[in-house]
Amino acid sequence: MDGVQDMGGDPARYGPLKPLDLDEPAFKQPWEGHAFAVTLLANRAATSSNVHAFRHALERVPEEVYLADYYGRWMASADLLLQESGLLAPGAVEARARRLRGEDVEEPPDPEPNKPTMETAGGGNLRAVDAPPAFAVGDRVRSGAEASRGHTKLPAYARGKVGTISALRPAQVLPDSAAHFLGENPEHVYSVAFDGRELWGPDSEPFSLTIDLFESYLEKT
Amino acid sequence: MTDELGTTGGSDIDLATRAEALESLLVERGLADTKTIETFIRTYETSVGPMNGAKVVAKAWTDPEYKARLLEDGTAAIGELGFKGPQGEHMVVLENTPAVHHVVVCTLCSCYPWPVLGLPPSWYKDPAYRARVVREPRAVLAEWGTEVPDDVEVRVYDSSSEVRYLVLPERPAGTESLSEDDLAALVTRDAMVGVRKVEAL
Repeated sequence: MDGVQDMGGDPARYGPLKPLDLDEPAFKQPWEGHAFAVTLLANRAATSSNVHAFRHALERVPEEVYLADYYGRWMASADLLLQESGLLAPGAVEARARRLRGEDVEEPPDPEPNKPTMETAGGGNLRAVDAPPAFAVGDRVRSGAEASRGHTKLPAYARGKVGTISALRPAQVLPDSAAHFLGENPEHVYSVAFDGRELWGPDSEPFSLTIDLFESYLEKT
Repeated sequence: MTDELGTTGGSDIDLATRAEALESLLVERGLADTKTIETFIRTYETSVGPMNGAKVVAKAWTDPEYKARLLEDGTAAIGELGFKGPQGEHMVVLENTPAVHHVVVCTLCSCYPWPVLGLPPSWYKDPAYRARVVREPRAVLAEWGTEVPDDVEVRVYDSSSEVRYLVLPERPAGTESLSEDDLAALVTRDAMVGVRKVEAL
């Protein structure tokens, strides 16, 4: 879906780069480590560790929360998935936080669990696909031009563009489907190389952009 | 602002308190336990980080057969050194040469090869990097002091599937006498994403 997460080439997100700091620790503050671990465990509880559902949750947190902090948006996504799975009530985290701060607020009762399920062919995301790949290295392909209303791994900047298949990658669970618990529907995946000018016009810097795209995103030109 | 599910923006709760609240709610319900939480934190603080990728690179620089295996099947060759796990399901290694410079990003989230590089640093997760490097990579590299001559091809990789990319940087001149361990000490995460080159000390 179109949204704040789809940042590639978006001038609204331009600005100075952050400094390269080789001494930056994994977690800059202790709470970040807890947010990281707790979010992974929340996603395990809420979605059986469906990474696509987690990324789709990240896309749905309010834009200002998304942009404010990386682990802040992780926790907001965890909260969203826990609510949608009926494991926590809306406002439960906020109420607990206020109590931790010493405020006398009531905590909402837990809702009925309503965890979404999806049949899975195994761990991870790599899958065997019986049908032969539709494209081969060197084929010219065009990506779909339509925006998806749901989760997708086709960013806006790569929509409706012509590129060249540069490699076949392992077939994988289709994020567009799995993020919504609609099934794994695995597809072949291709690295597709686009010329900078195809993406950004004749004044583009000289470079190529390679992105991994699922078979259903592509058609032969 | 609060959306229909109560995921609040504009809350005055600081993130540290929010983390503590979320953790206590999950622990009380048996959905998380403090031992697992501590293990996750310790793992990424101490044993999974760019020092792993640096070992892969140093070995590739000193062992041509390993390098050939690494470029042929990154997952297996990296696994030989014991590095595998979440966000490393299928690894592809991109070799930088005097003619080609690779740089890696994830524009849609912040996908990153955890088993070899650990968790992503701030600059990699930052909107400016995610937005700009797919549109003006040479300007991005130059802003960080990485000069890529005009006759060197720049290839940007956007990690949009579960494939994770590791850049094999060029071995710097003047390091012929260094041991594998000494070489590993020169290799930075920045170079393994492709935003810097490795420099001899």
